[in-house]
Amino acid sequence: MKILVTVKLVPDTTAEKRIDPSTKRLVRTGVETVLNPFDEYAIEAALQLKEKAGGDTTVTIVTLAPESGKEIVRKALAMGADDALMISDPAAEGSDVWGTAYALAQAIKKNGFDLVIAGTQSTDSTTGELPGALAEYLGVPGVTYVRKLDLDGTALKAERETDTGYAKVSTDLPALVSVTKSINEPRYPSLKGIMGAKKKTIAVQTLADAGVDKPIGSDAARTEVTNLETPPARGKGQIFEAADAVAGATKIVEFLRERKLV
Amino acid sequence: MSTTLPRPTKLDPLDMLDLDADFTSDERLIRDTVRDFTRRRILPNIADWFERGVFPKELALELGELGLLGMHLDGYGCAGTSGTAYGIACRELEAADSGLRSFVSVQGSLAMFPIHAYGSEEQKREWLPRMARGEAIGCFGLTEYDHGSDPSGMRTVARRDGGDYVLDGSKAWITNGGVADVAVVWARTNPDDGPKSGAVRGFVVPAGTKGFSTKNIERKISLRASVTSELLFENCRVPASAILPGVASMRGPLSCLSEARYGILWGALGAARACYEAALEYAKTRVQFDKPIASFQLTQQKLVDMMLELQKGQLLATAIGRLKDAGTIAPQHVSMGKLNNVREALAICREARTILGASGITLEYPVIRHMNNLESVLTYEGTSEVHTLILGQALTGIGAFS
Ligand SMILES: Cc1cc2nc3c(=O)[nH]c(=O)nc-3n(C[C@H](O)[C@H](O)[C@H](O)COP(=O)(O)OP(=O)(O)OC[C@H]3O[C@@H](n4cnc5c(N)ncnc54)[C@H](O)[C@@H]3O)c2cc1C
Ligand SMILES: Cc1cc2nc3c(=O)[nH]c(=O)nc-3n(C[C@H](O)[C@H](O)[C@H](O)COP(=O)(O)OP(=O)(O)OC[C@H]3O[C@@H](n4cnc5c(N)ncnc54)[C@H](O)[C@@H]3O)c2cc1C
Repeated sequence: MKILVTVKLVPDTTAEKRIDPSTKRLVRTGVETVLNPFDEYAIEAALQLKEKAGGDTTVTIVTLAPESGKEIVRKALAMGADDALMISDPAAEGSDVWGTAYALAQAIKKNGFDLVIAGTQSTDSTTGELPGALAEYLGVPGVTYVRKLDLDGTALKAERETDTGYAKVSTDLPALVSVTKSINEPRYPSLKGIMGAKKKTIAVQTLADAGVDKPIGSDAARTEVTNLETPPARGKGQIFEAADAVAGATKIVEFLRERKLV
Repeated sequence: MSTTLPRPTKLDPLDMLDLDADFTSDERLIRDTVRDFTRRRILPNIADWFERGVFPKELALELGELGLLGMHLDGYGCAGTSGTAYGIACRELEAADSGLRSFVSVQGSLAMFPIHAYGSEEQKREWLPRMARGEAIGCFGLTEYDHGSDPSGMRTVARRDGGDYVLDGSKAWITNGGVADVAVVWARTNPDDGPKSGAVRGFVVPAGTKGFSTKNIERKISLRASVTSELLFENCRVPASAILPGVASMRGPLSCLSEARYGILWGALGAARACYEAALEYAKTRVQFDKPIASFQLTQQKLVDMMLELQKGQLLATAIGRLKDAGTIAPQHVSMGKLNNVREALAICREARTILGASGITLEYPVIRHMNNLESVLTYEGTSEVHTLILGQALTGIGAFS
């Protein structure tokens, strides 16, 4: 079975983010790049399926990202993925959700797959739209916001988080799922994993290599960022002084009750 | 395409010069892996382990699973990382506790290293994979009560008797002794035993061997989360296959110490960083005379001096690490690092203690625990005096040991 995990490379989540006003894009230079933290859950989910299925199941990492991110992709390999496919092409710069999804779909179809696992969202653009779009271009069922995942042969069973609870969903492979943070606890790469990852293959392809037959990138983008604003700074919090914990808690509960929050 | 002008590196009070940026991406990954492990598994419990004086033996398996035991050795189930990566791992472990770093140092550098470097193929196969997994714990017996800085005066002897050796004597201050499954013990062979006799040889002695017992040293006020023991040998018979065939002189144990000391020169920086970090946080939040104590010039001076020494110590460690990885390292380089970094780390911890005032003497904060631990680190693996003399000799050509 071939499991593919889509992974985005994002600026360090703790770093201060800056937008270049002329391009309205995130400044990615001078900031450390990391694996999108949500995607670590997707990798973990894939590794767990592989460990359970055994046999010749493989986990391949797929990313659309500049080649300079190769070392970051290695972390995914250190966690235990078998190999990686990077689509790196200057012509992909500035692609929007449509362009990214289309390019990834073409590359994934060309590579072959049984199951694609994505994170719920990225920590930089955070649209959460990519997995849905990708399933559409792959022409397979897309099960998003999955918090529990089981495979029995080609029968996939999942629990999908909803606003009010969860839904049980089942489908057959091939399929795509996006997983939430409640699905597992991503492993830390062991030292042997880190050393072993140096010998694993990271294939780097241009858009043409990957079978992307239409222009993507900023000129082809179907969306345009028209304006960007920083959210207003949060006002100062209110501090309650109290003699002891009980008195403090009582004051806080009163405050919340007045505002009908509890 | 957007172009952005270079901007000054963001100043991180814990690494102003961004010295960690010098590490390779593997090395940084190893740093993060170890740091996270300590956050999850060690930091929440360490004050308690220290207070109760227990070494959490179950951690051995977890450290093994992570690949930390014998990490810089090749083959036999070891990860085979760079020496720099080993140093970084020691730094991150010791930022949690010197006792747990000591466990890893002894296992990897003092017990596994001699088997790896000087052992027979059979010894390597028998012990290294299990030790790498943390299933077998090792210790290293060199020091005796009467021979600390002067180990070559050791009294423990190994007499040849037919095809066997018989060990007699005792070792003191042995880390992991009471929990070890195997001891690498250094003993002087009997001068009348034929070729290479009279030399100091290493023996691999499994726990449970008749005539071999241990006794833990109690009432320690330092390295309380680490076991320190006596090893007693009374007419302890081991087969000739227990001897480490690859070395027959003090070079054996001294080369092991050089490995372990190398880890310590990085480790001490971790302990110091933890204390500095605690002091910095405390100084910013503790209010006296209506101001955070960080606003007093005296406090700022202390913090700045700590930061400078930490960064200088890191430069030294990184430089020595690169020499190790290039294979051009000399024991004197390790002495430079051990002497400077442990001495400065201890000074940083003591200074941090003053910033925390009374709070600084409790286990609520890591400071006094690190400070007490470092008193052992200053003494073991060559006291600061001994390293000074090693360097004195390197500079002047005159040995001042005796
Ligand atoms: C204002 C703005 C400016 C932008 N500027 C840039 C820019 O300068 N450079 C740039 O590269 N992008 C830029 N983009 C981002 C780009 O449009 C989207 O990041 C991309 O289309 C994916 O959407 P997302 O990040 O919201 O992913 P989401 O839909 O939130 O991500 C869900 C999952 O999809 C997968 N995924 C997402 N992206 C990738 C990928 N590239 N490769 C593999 N898997 C992926 C991951 O599994 C992820 O967990 C910008 C976006 C905005 C809103
Ligand atoms: C917690 C702990 C764990 C240890 N673990 C191990 C272990 O696993 N295996 C092992 O073999 N050993 C271990 N040791 C022993 C350690 O290596 C010795 O304590 C150390 O070598 C010093 O020996 P000593 O304590 O006998 O001090 P001494 O050698 O008696 O030294 C006392 C003082 O005299 C000074 N001194 C000695 N000679 C000179 C000189 N020529 N010139 C100037 N000053 C001198 C010393 O620097 C020191 O200040 C451990 C020690 C401790 C505290």
